[in-house]
Amino acid sequence: MSGLNTLTIADARDKLRSKEISAVELTEACNAAVAGSDALNAYSVKTPEMALEQAKAADARLGQGDAPDLCGIPLGIKDLFCTKGVESQAASNILAGFKPEYESTVTTKLWDSGAVMLGKLNMDEFAMGSSNETSAYGAAVNPWRRQGSDAPLTPGGSSGGSAAAVSGDLCLAATGTDTGGSIRQPAAFTGIVGVKPTYGRVSRWGIIAFASSLDQAGPMTKTVRDSAIFLNAIAGHDAKDSTSADMAVPDFEAALTGDIRGRKIGLPKEYRLDGMPAEIEKLWADGADMLRDAGAEIVDVSLPHTKYALPAYYVLAPAEASSNLARYDGVRYGHRAKLQKGEGIHEMYARTRAEGFGPEVQRRVMIGAYVLSAGFYDAYYRRAQRVRTLIKKDFEDVYASGVDAILTPATPSAAFGLGEMADADPVKMYLNDVFTVTVNLAGLPGVSVPTGLDSQGLPLGLQLIGKPWEEADMLNTAYALEQSAGFVSKAEKWW
Amino acid sequence: MSIDKDTARKVAHLARIEVPEDQLDALAGELNGILGFMEQLNEVDVDGVEPMTSVTPMRLKRRADVVTDGDQQDKILSNAPDAREGFFAVPKVVE
Repeated sequence: MSGLNTLTIADARDKLRSKEISAVELTEACNAAVAGSDALNAYSVKTPEMALEQAKAADARLGQGDAPDLCGIPLGIKDLFCTKGVESQAASNILAGFKPEYESTVTTKLWDSGAVMLGKLNMDEFAMGSSNETSAYGAAVNPWRRQGSDAPLTPGGSSGGSAAAVSGDLCLAATGTDTGGSIRQPAAFTGIVGVKPTYGRVSRWGIIAFASSLDQAGPMTKTVRDSAIFLNAIAGHDAKDSTSADMAVPDFEAALTGDIRGRKIGLPKEYRLDGMPAEIEKLWADGADMLRDAGAEIVDVSLPHTKYALPAYYVLAPAEASSNLARYDGVRYGHRAKLQKGEGIHEMYARTRAEGFGPEVQRRVMIGAYVLSAGFYDAYYRRAQRVRTLIKKDFEDVYASGVDAILTPATPSAAFGLGEMADADPVKMYLNDVFTVTVNLAGLPGVSVPTGLDSQGLPLGLQLIGKPWEEADMLNTAYALEQSAGFVSKAEKWW
Repeated sequence: MSIDKDTARKVAHLARIEVPEDQLDALAGELNGILGFMEQLNEVDVDGVEPMTSVTPMRLKRRADVVTDGDQQDKILSNAPDAREGFFAVPKVVE
């Protein structure tokens, strides 16, 4: 049977349960797709034998009946997740050869559900980037191309390998992580669905930390339903992550009725940027019309501190990163620099980090050290924390006025070409996150849904932002948007 | 606030990242660009606003003060660049 790798989770689940296909057949189709995908550079490690072993076990479990939804479903795992015995490097040379002795909580839950691991997925180094170009493995490549062009495009970042793999049918779904937009922006660039859950909904334990107060793992899938199924499997309290929420997890898939009559959807005026491409404006207006036609009420809202989200983020995230990345010192794992005669441990630390970290990571670690240093802590870090309070309050005020969800563009443009931003200053790259970063600062759930193509045939996405812990309602609105938009385009296979 | 070459050297030291002397000027320029972007935050009136320390209004859970794990020296040392006799080994530190 061919083409099984193109199935959604929901369809594969039904076919596995009805014994129309086996987990081994499904996994073999995915392994073959992965083996033929080197031009996309989506996988940093391939684990086909491990996948087949897991698939056999899944078939046995399916044979006994009562298997979980993800039983036998082949997935790709972002390189940021620690997977026992399998290289987990955060796409950094400083973790060269690192094979964890433990398994992250998210992947533990996935394997306990019977899911199958196809391999590890490319990403920006330590999840710092918006184009996958900071990866020590080289950039992953977007399966999509501009019409009439074979110029390689970015799949976005930091979860670029995850996005390329899901979009190119190199897995049924993948894990991502999102600190400032790293699930939602690549999902939009590749025509897939990406969900950043409420901060605390999913355990961060065993995920290599970037900015701990902002990081959250989530699903990257072909449909909204698949994201709901995936989130069901990974959400929930974990005693090993003290910031994970000890509260009931609803059935996200059961919430997908498509009925959004009476829901109030806000359009924030501050997201209407000067110089925003007309295509993005139209996409946004069309999305609002679709939700209105489905029975929702569309209202204008204001999030007055939006403009300050990016600068606040680029103080707070590097500050947390400089602390989290202090552990990479060449002592316990990964790379250690070679020393000359007469040099000691101080040279070892500084040279190990100069050799092991790429330029963007070095930049952020140094910015973080600066904004936390004596004399500048109050002016930068403390002030950014105060602005973060105001950004969160903006959302609280809107939700208190009766709004159920907020609709925005997911990205300010379609996918750009690899290398096109090479000479731009770092701040220009940071602008990719302009619509997504507020959600991390406020700890809210967000979802990116593909709803259209631009004039060059590239996918564009819209973002829905939900209330805290209301992923189920947010996903139902996303489901209604998905049904109305009817986005079914796929990249033409060239790799 | 602007970063000069000496400040760049100090920041690199704080971050424990070796930066060659001839690259410090370029580094100072880059950091200034990013810090300039952050200066926008000075436009915001933050008087009386509490700094956010936790995005979700919940108390950190406490766990029982008991041993839950341990006795896995081999696993802990398995990824070390240099491990000897059950320890992480580093260059001599005595000054």
